[in-house]
Amino acid sequence: MTASATHAALPEAPKLDGRALIVMLLLPITAVNLIGFILPVVNLAMISFMEVRSTGAMTGNWSFAKWQLVVTDPFYWELLWNSVRTSLTITLLTLLVSYPVALYLHRSSGMWRSILLVMVISPLLLSAVVRTYGWIAILSDRGLINNGLMALGFDGPLRLMFNLTGVVIGLTEILMPYMILALLAGFGKLDSRVEEAAATLGASPFRVFWRVVLPLSLPGIALGSLLTFVLAVSSFITPKLLGGGRVFLLATEVYDQAIVTLDWPLAATLSIIVLVVFGVALTIYSRVLKSLG
Amino acid sequence: MEEKPVSPVLKVLAAFGFLFLLAPVLIVVPLSFSNDVFMSFPPSGYSLRWYIAIGANAKLLDAFLFSVKLASLVTVVNILIAVPASYALIRKAPFGADAIMSLLTAPLLLPTIVLGLALLIVMARAGYLATPQGIFLAHLVVTLPYALRVIATALSTLPIAVEEAAATLGASPLSVFFRITLPMLMPGIVAAAALSFLVSFDEVVLSLFMNGPKVTTLPVELYHHVESRADPLVAAASVLLVVFTLAVVIIVDRSLGLAKTFVK
Repeated sequence: MTASATHAALPEAPKLDGRALIVMLLLPITAVNLIGFILPVVNLAMISFMEVRSTGAMTGNWSFAKWQLVVTDPFYWELLWNSVRTSLTITLLTLLVSYPVALYLHRSSGMWRSILLVMVISPLLLSAVVRTYGWIAILSDRGLINNGLMALGFDGPLRLMFNLTGVVIGLTEILMPYMILALLAGFGKLDSRVEEAAATLGASPFRVFWRVVLPLSLPGIALGSLLTFVLAVSSFITPKLLGGGRVFLLATEVYDQAIVTLDWPLAATLSIIVLVVFGVALTIYSRVLKSLG
Repeated sequence: MEEKPVSPVLKVLAAFGFLFLLAPVLIVVPLSFSNDVFMSFPPSGYSLRWYIAIGANAKLLDAFLFSVKLASLVTVVNILIAVPASYALIRKAPFGADAIMSLLTAPLLLPTIVLGLALLIVMARAGYLATPQGIFLAHLVVTLPYALRVIATALSTLPIAVEEAAATLGASPLSVFFRITLPMLMPGIVAAAALSFLVSFDEVVLSLFMNGPKVTTLPVELYHHVESRADPLVAAASVLLVVFTLAVVIIVDRSLGLAKTFVK
């Protein structure tokens, strides 16, 4: 950055010395960060160690009850396992659908590439509610797929939503842009001359892909998978709407405990478990990245 | 770079991927013109009844107005806060500027469900739950990192030589900032404003935690509608939302380039 090298050349305001000015300029953003982020998060961590009365009111005493409950009740272990398994499935599917899209984007150029890129990015700017609603129109009993199947003579609707299937399909699509952008960043290293060299030396297209393209894109795959996984674990709009209250995941349980049951200490405890899952995923990611060199 | 032939297998797989990605957005368009009372696809007939129904739905219109007001206020305050902060971090480059930047953009790393719960508890205790102030602060927390990052990036790519020349010629720091830096920074500010507006306008998780009878945003109202009823009303609302979003996207694209905002 040239800014740090040359900033001394700028004359300072006469009344304020440099440091006072910096503090003043940074004060509002720091205040927002402190009041709206640091304080609530620290408070959240503390709340998970608070005692609650049966009415839902907190007594102000410390307690490990919620952590004890979460660790000993098999329901919460199943919830955790459900969330992790579902998110892993979604990550794998997202990778499989996104990889060809990203590779094609990498190979395209000019105006066509810009159009495709906008097509990939635009869904990110659309509310998850709208995109989930689109999936309801496709997957519901009177949606595109079931009406299509019925027109072809199949009887009885296929149950594609209000279950895990719907949640997995919907989230796979919703998380695709993140995966595609991560893969695309990873493809930066992919030099088409290496592919050409392999092809010239007699490797079949499949072999070129398997031995050259895929290994070189592994860092992008790792990053995309990390992003997709953590977003899947923490998303709850799509699981709520496409799961129809029949799919229980960590994130949906955090919301239900906070809004419906009003058990804030339990919600806080579960949300810290979400963060622990994040931490574990991040650790695995950095290990993988290290082993890739 | 020369064009490389793309294998047909890749073309078919990529086409499938694109179709899958765009399917939920594409299906909403014909569905919004449905004449059916319930959601059914393909619709048995077409009409504008659901667009007319939006006009008659006071809850939806109120939520839309609230969302626009909220997003506008959030955007203005964002810019007012992010421009000075970016200036301090980039032009003044204080000790630990990178660390401060990481801390200030950290809210983006926290899952919104966790941040939503954290804010819910604090706001409830302070008596600001389900108030416009509460939802405003929540939106500010998640949109400021975007504004800060976009403006800081724009500022760091500005040639500093012009500012230095003005200063050498005797312009005061304030006049250098308002006459030179700010006008050159305008594209970055427009992009940051559009991004802040869109993120606030589309935000649903935090709003769900913060919402109340008088403070319901459009995404929250749509969420509750989808949760309780399956009719094409949301399809019509979605189409209007897509048009609205596209308009904002085009503004960003014209001023800075959409691709550059997301892919460095």
